[in-house]
Amino acid sequence: MSIQRSSHRIIQIIIVLFGISFLTFLLVYLSPGDPAEIMLTECGNIPTPELLAQARKDLGLDQPFFVQYGSWLKGVVTGDMGMSYSFKVPVFQKLLSCLIPTVALAVSSLLLMIAVSFPLGVLSAVFHNKVLDYLIRGFSFIGISIPSFWIGLILLRIFGVNLGWVSVSGGTADGRSLILPAVTLAIAMSAKYTRQVRITVLEELNKDYVTGARMRGIPENKILLRHVLPNVLLPLVTILGLSFGSLLGGTAVVEIIYNWPGLGNMAVKAIACRDFPLIQGYVLMISLLYMTINCFVDLSYPLIDPRLKEHKS
Amino acid sequence: MKRRLALLKTNRQLTISLVLLIIILLVAVFAEQLAPFDPLSADMNKSLTAPNSLNKFGTDKLGRDLLSRIIFGTRASLGSTVIMVGIIFILGTFLGILAGFFGGWVDHVIMRLADMMISFPGLVLAIAIAGVLGPNLVNAVIAITAVSWTKYARLSRSLVLRINESLFMKAALVTGTSNRRLMSHYILPNIFPPMLITAMTDMGTLMLEIAALSFLGFGAQAPAPEWGLMLNEGRTYLTTAPWLMIYPGLAMVIVVVTFNLLGDSVSDLLDTQN
Repeated sequence: MSIQRSSHRIIQIIIVLFGISFLTFLLVYLSPGDPAEIMLTECGNIPTPELLAQARKDLGLDQPFFVQYGSWLKGVVTGDMGMSYSFKVPVFQKLLSCLIPTVALAVSSLLLMIAVSFPLGVLSAVFHNKVLDYLIRGFSFIGISIPSFWIGLILLRIFGVNLGWVSVSGGTADGRSLILPAVTLAIAMSAKYTRQVRITVLEELNKDYVTGARMRGIPENKILLRHVLPNVLLPLVTILGLSFGSLLGGTAVVEIIYNWPGLGNMAVKAIACRDFPLIQGYVLMISLLYMTINCFVDLSYPLIDPRLKEHKS
Repeated sequence: MKRRLALLKTNRQLTISLVLLIIILLVAVFAEQLAPFDPLSADMNKSLTAPNSLNKFGTDKLGRDLLSRIIFGTRASLGSTVIMVGIIFILGTFLGILAGFFGGWVDHVIMRLADMMISFPGLVLAIAIAGVLGPNLVNAVIAITAVSWTKYARLSRSLVLRINESLFMKAALVTGTSNRRLMSHYILPNIFPPMLITAMTDMGTLMLEIAALSFLGFGAQAPAPEWGLMLNEGRTYLTTAPWLMIYPGLAMVIVVVTFNLLGDSVSDLLDTQN
């Protein structure tokens, strides 16, 4: 990607982030419930009107909407996203501490997904309309129809309750308790991705150059490895980048089931407590993460397909 | 022969999924007649009873009959999904037609908005919207609609752009047909079939999304019998009452499988016709 396109892309990201943050801020502003009252009631006592007025003033809630948004935006740029109402720590600090477990979970389930669905999808395409293809398609069909939270509950019941291999209560972010959440997420995603790999490979196999290669007597597995797979890599990496988005959203459900101390778990708790600064921080963080990843995906195109590099010059 | 066999096979899949769908619809409509108990009546003496001859699927913590709750849950899950898909379909298609037909700044505004929504993980925004607006089924529907309309807008826009180039459209334009008539009589009938098929293939996924929001506590609220919410309630009794999480999940899988089967066979049918 040229410098011009990269900078164009970065500007686009900033605009979208701006829009998203404005939208969440507006939503929070319009939502019922007074943050000052919520924050003070968190401490357990019923606040007096004087205390409420003071808290509103401290939080800047007596200011007009755009002033509030402006000061929040100013804070974000300088790395200050305000204080979390419910956790009583800076939002930025809380987000960072929850980011690592979520990234660990997302990356490990993504690797698991690739390891499962890539070979399955390719096999399914190669053995098109054979028994193996039907089997793999059947599995992926069932996989996309089962809710991930149900899989999670069943796995937890089997491995947590019946076999006692993992703790049912969760709460720790170690390698052992990572396995089940990662597997749960990977199952749902693998089903979808296997289908996409299959379709992409199948399309490529029907192209003329493959027929040509076959006619020249090039062995089938060599066609697959040398010709087809390098060509399908590009669309597959794009889909992978996009599926990372649904993954980041999907982690919330799985994190809740296994009580995994990540961003999704934190967000659900933050919403339950109406912890608005934390919700805003979470939305901003996830969108930044998602768009950065997709930007990297775009940047990787010339590495995967050198033709894209040559075209530019 | 081979083609006929293939068509027969897709038709068989279509038949099976249609029959399943009709059964599910009947369950939803005749929930009162089918359910052996009132889904809301609590009986603390029967709290967390394992499945037996009286309560076929057991009871929950308040002693409510699980089978009856699942039967009534069909209504909530199916109803909310159908309404939601309908809203997403109408909103997305309408905006897409506007963008494709008028072009210019209308197109720009709508498509940039869609870009913004699409460059963002859907469920995260849905969680934020549902969470901030307050947890109930209506807000969950709004939240998912807010992030899902973009797909339909993009698709219908691209279809409209293709129709704009067609001869019959140009003929209608030069004969001075009004914009409204062009959109309703020339564009809509032509883009309707592919749009409807997209909606049908999305039913299962969208049903899972709304159930996920309910599961997180941002959708249906207690004591409503809704499958996602029931799974969430059953989660607490994972150790002592596993039936509370098995049966609602199973019901959900059956309905989603039906929707996905139907969507697959309908889009297959269209592919073979083309």
